[in-house]
Amino acid sequence: MNRSETSRSFTMATWLGWQVESNWTDPFLFAIYVVIKPLATAAILVVMYSIITNGDYASPLFPYIYLGNAFYIYVGAVMTGVSWAVIDDREHYKTLKYMYIAPISIPFYWLGRGVSRFLIGTIAVVITVGVGALFFNLPLNLAQVNWGLFFVSLFVGVTMLAMIGLILASLTLMMAQQNFFVGEAVAGALYLFSGAIFPLEVLPAWIRPVGYAMPITYWLELMRRSLIGGVAQAFPTLAEFSNLQLLGILTGLTLLFGIVSVFTFRWCDHRARERGLIDHTTNY
Amino acid sequence: MSNYAIETQDLGRVYKIRGNKKERAIRKELVALEGVNLTVGRGELFGLLGPNGAGKTTLIKILTTLLAPTSGWARVAAHDVSQSPHLVRPRINMVSGGESSGYGLLTVRENLWMFSQFYGMNSKVANERIKELLKMVGLEDRIHTKSSDLSTGLRQKMNIVRGFLTDPEVLFLDEPTLGLDVGASRDVRKLIRGWLDANKSRTLLLTTHYMVEAEELCDRVAIINKGQVLACDTPANLKHKLQRDAIFEVETSPLNGWSPSTLEEQPEVRKAASRQIEGGSKLELILAEESALANVINVLTQKNIKVMRLTKREPTLEDVFMDLVGARMEDMEQGGEE
Ligand SMILES: Nc1ncnc2c1ncn2[C@@H]1O[C@H](COP(=O)(O)OP(=O)(O)OP(=O)(O)O)[C@@H](O)[C@H]1O
Ligand SMILES: [Mg+2]
Repeated sequence: MNRSETSRSFTMATWLGWQVESNWTDPFLFAIYVVIKPLATAAILVVMYSIITNGDYASPLFPYIYLGNAFYIYVGAVMTGVSWAVIDDREHYKTLKYMYIAPISIPFYWLGRGVSRFLIGTIAVVITVGVGALFFNLPLNLAQVNWGLFFVSLFVGVTMLAMIGLILASLTLMMAQQNFFVGEAVAGALYLFSGAIFPLEVLPAWIRPVGYAMPITYWLELMRRSLIGGVAQAFPTLAEFSNLQLLGILTGLTLLFGIVSVFTFRWCDHRARERGLIDHTTNY
Repeated sequence: MSNYAIETQDLGRVYKIRGNKKERAIRKELVALEGVNLTVGRGELFGLLGPNGAGKTTLIKILTTLLAPTSGWARVAAHDVSQSPHLVRPRINMVSGGESSGYGLLTVRENLWMFSQFYGMNSKVANERIKELLKMVGLEDRIHTKSSDLSTGLRQKMNIVRGFLTDPEVLFLDEPTLGLDVGASRDVRKLIRGWLDANKSRTLLLTTHYMVEAEELCDRVAIINKGQVLACDTPANLKHKLQRDAIFEVETSPLNGWSPSTLEEQPEVRKAASRQIEGGSKLELILAEESALANVINVLTQKNIKVMRLTKREPTLEDVFMDLVGARMEDMEQGGEE
């Protein structure tokens, strides 16, 4: 049983990540994180929407916002999941150096560490969408969902988020003093520019290119279209693109980010070793 | 293929020290290692002996691919640590003492098993070895304890087991017995010796600042101070160089401010150091000729210092260190920066 370096790095890291992240010994905290927090966010969104639009749930704007927001949970979860392991191992468990000198693939190790947050994020997304359909007039009809497009887009999109996570992890490795959820921070910063909460048309023209350059924009659009079809196409933002074109753009950008992540990792790894940062801990 | 397990050539490491916010402009450089040339043969138990800040950990970090050298090169298990770290890593392992690392939520067995899997070991073989090794360090009854519930010393034992578990070609132990009690230290030393004796191709490099540990345990010792290797040989040979010299300990009445290093001006007095003891001082003298003792006693008498007790003894590594550095290692550590 001599598994390849990449596969054992990924699977063992997944195992470790699950042990560390899903702290079942505290089910209360876990429930807050998985169920209550996403629902609270969704509820706030719905209340704000109903005040602003006078309860106009029939407008296509509502599912646009609701679904964009629900799937945006993945953005923070996956990016943080992949990049947080650097700080966790280095600062808290003091094991980063032992992982680093082990015969493993560090990027695959980080990807594995992100799996548990992806799964936990999935629970949150399913609950949020389910609650939306059941209680908030989200026009979701399971018979009309384009499941093929949904799963392919989900897979490519999550891969894309994982690649951004790798880039963040690499940068974290190279930074001496850094102690926050960089994944959540970046997710927060990109929130307004990726069409999660409102169509890109709402943004000033000069800032729109940021949104168009971001794979998250195309991915969220694909998630909406696959789930509620025509409703999502009511907006002009990406209306001129077919589903296949959107998927092509998303895949292309994912590849691009994948290549960038490889080079970023190599460069940051090199720099971190030069500067002695692999086992550098912040002294509180 | 090289016969050496470890080989370094003019190895050096300079740290750039960045000041805090106020002193950001001030950039200093700290030479942690300089011109280190070492070879360690396969099968050797090699010790690095030096005071705090000597550069021992820095050297281990370079050899284990954690840190890049700023000059020279190093090979471990015949591969260059800078150019092909991926070839070095499967062949080594490392444990640092004096820190408590590990995943607190996992049990002792889970922590160890996980690492064995990262090294691609067979899971069953790994579990057997974990049991065996835990027994050897007296930790077998804690196998299912969460590692967060272990004391610092027990955690260190767990980590030492992690090092041996993957049966590396070259094992690096940075102060393995630091903070362990007498019994635990003995277990660890036995484990080290036993592991090496069982297979003559295994190599182990350890750092320590316990003289006795270096002397009893190691096949060869490098004495390192301020980033430089001052001497490197078997403990016996290192001491042998002092064998011709006579080593005396002189307990005296208080020195009243007089500095014993002035004794070194006397002919045939090679080194003189002192430290406070109860009711006076203890001088340590390395004399090239025993006859020089008469002069020393004369000087002491002139200074009104009484000799309470005089002993001659065999040289120890501590004396070798004093001879090379000019101060006792213990004293350097008390006055050390860290
Ligand atoms: N990351 C770092 N940045 C700057 N200086 C460092 C760094 N790490 C070590 N040093 C300095 O390099 C020198 C050598 O340190 P090193 O840790 O190698 O010593 P050591 O022999 O292991 O000492 P000890 O017995 O205390 O463990 C010291 O002066 C130390 O302050
Ligand atoms: Mg050290």
